[in-house]
Amino acid sequence: MYAAHLDLAARKDFTLICASKAAMRGATILKASDDKTRALNQHTLMAFSGEAGDTIQFAEYIQANAQLYSMRNGIDLSPSAVANFVRGELASSLRSRKPYNVNLLLGGVDPITDKPSLYWLDYLASLAPLPYAAHGYAQYYCLSILDKHHHPDIDYEQGIKLLHLCTDELKRRLPIDFKGMMVKVITKDGIRTVDYDDEARIPCP
Amino acid sequence: MDTLVAQYSQSDYDREQYSQDEQMELYQPEPSLSLRFAMPPIAQPSAWLRAATDDNANPNCPIKIAHGTTTLAFRFQGGIIVATDSRATAGNWIASQTVKKVIEINSCLLGTMAGGAADCQYWLAYLGMQCRLHELRHKRRISVAAASKILANLVYSYKGMGLSMGTMCAGVTPSEGPALYYIDSDGTRLAGNLFCVGSGQTFAYGVLDAEYKYDLSETEALELGRRSILAATHRDAYSGGFINLYHVKEDGWVKHGFNDTNPIFWETKLNKGEFSNVTSELV
Repeated sequence: MYAAHLDLAARKDFTLICASKAAMRGATILKASDDKTRALNQHTLMAFSGEAGDTIQFAEYIQANAQLYSMRNGIDLSPSAVANFVRGELASSLRSRKPYNVNLLLGGVDPITDKPSLYWLDYLASLAPLPYAAHGYAQYYCLSILDKHHHPDIDYEQGIKLLHLCTDELKRRLPIDFKGMMVKVITKDGIRTVDYDDEARIPCP
Repeated sequence: MDTLVAQYSQSDYDREQYSQDEQMELYQPEPSLSLRFAMPPIAQPSAWLRAATDDNANPNCPIKIAHGTTTLAFRFQGGIIVATDSRATAGNWIASQTVKKVIEINSCLLGTMAGGAADCQYWLAYLGMQCRLHELRHKRRISVAAASKILANLVYSYKGMGLSMGTMCAGVTPSEGPALYYIDSDGTRLAGNLFCVGSGQTFAYGVLDAEYKYDLSETEALELGRRSILAATHRDAYSGGFINLYHVKEDGWVKHGFNDTNPIFWETKLNKGEFSNVTSELV
């Protein structure tokens, strides 16, 4: 699976997650509306990329366990708790005979403190809380843009604008068409799919 | 819903385990009886199998697995069209021209075969068995989503051990309507409107994508499916034989023949003037 997904979080009251919509196998795009995210609970969303098969199996395993916790205890795990749980699972998988080959971004808003957060996890089970992050080739293009334009207190409109800056650059420079981005926003009210317009053709200068 | 939540929301772990019966019902640690395969008595069976069967890396490999196919399926206004070729190849050798690559799982569910012929045949038959058991246990037909997930989870459990299959599950159920899923041996499972699988997939996509609309009429859809397979059998050396055509409707699938490509090719060429690269004169 092609690893062009990126993400940014604002310190204000939301986290934005976006992932490419193309599902590829070999030279063929099998699906142009793939959703590479899973909601773990009301306030936590996980985006994934990596080895085909592993990604969804791992994401749905985590999703099931997060939901089981919520059912048993009547309260959701906080994003930081989920992140550390995922890291633990990934770390023990890494030391098994057949590790999961998945890279993850985990965004959430803490339901108690209303603080947004973003966690970056790779297949070696490194966990890093970050203000903005990306996986795959997207990193090389987007991190510099985010370094320049991200501020801890940007609001939602500015966040979407910043995301456009990033996805436009990907469309401009990546040799592969990733069929647009699926964008989701997590606020204290839950997870919502953003009506993200990236139909415009971006020419390379 | 509330009772369901209450069942799980007791905070003490007084019901952490299911009863014996429930466990047997919900979770079988490994599929029973016939599925305990004998492994070759060496350290890494999967690596050994790969070395013995990979004719891409080693043309002289001792075992050549039957490969190479074109299969397609697409959803449209009147249901789902499923079409395949019928050639099985082992290396450069055409092993058969009359393979049934559409597997009739039950009266409303079809599966297609691409990749290892034996793998597909065996596991789709196994899927058929699981679907029938689901039907007997739950007194209703299995959904396409559930059936495809049984297969996806199954092949995922054998990931890296040499399975090779690319299949589609097409069916109509009262709960979902017409549904189409793509499953391959990596463990990928995708729902979609249109898939082509196999070595001839690119040729089939070429014809199919250009003229595909959801609003196709039944005759148009059948003709497009047939023409797409024909295109693939013409250009892909590993596809050929007969065109196997199915139409899945609300009340089950209907077979639209198992027809030789050769007369269809000449009919298409002579009546419609297509395939103009083929000439009868020596140039």
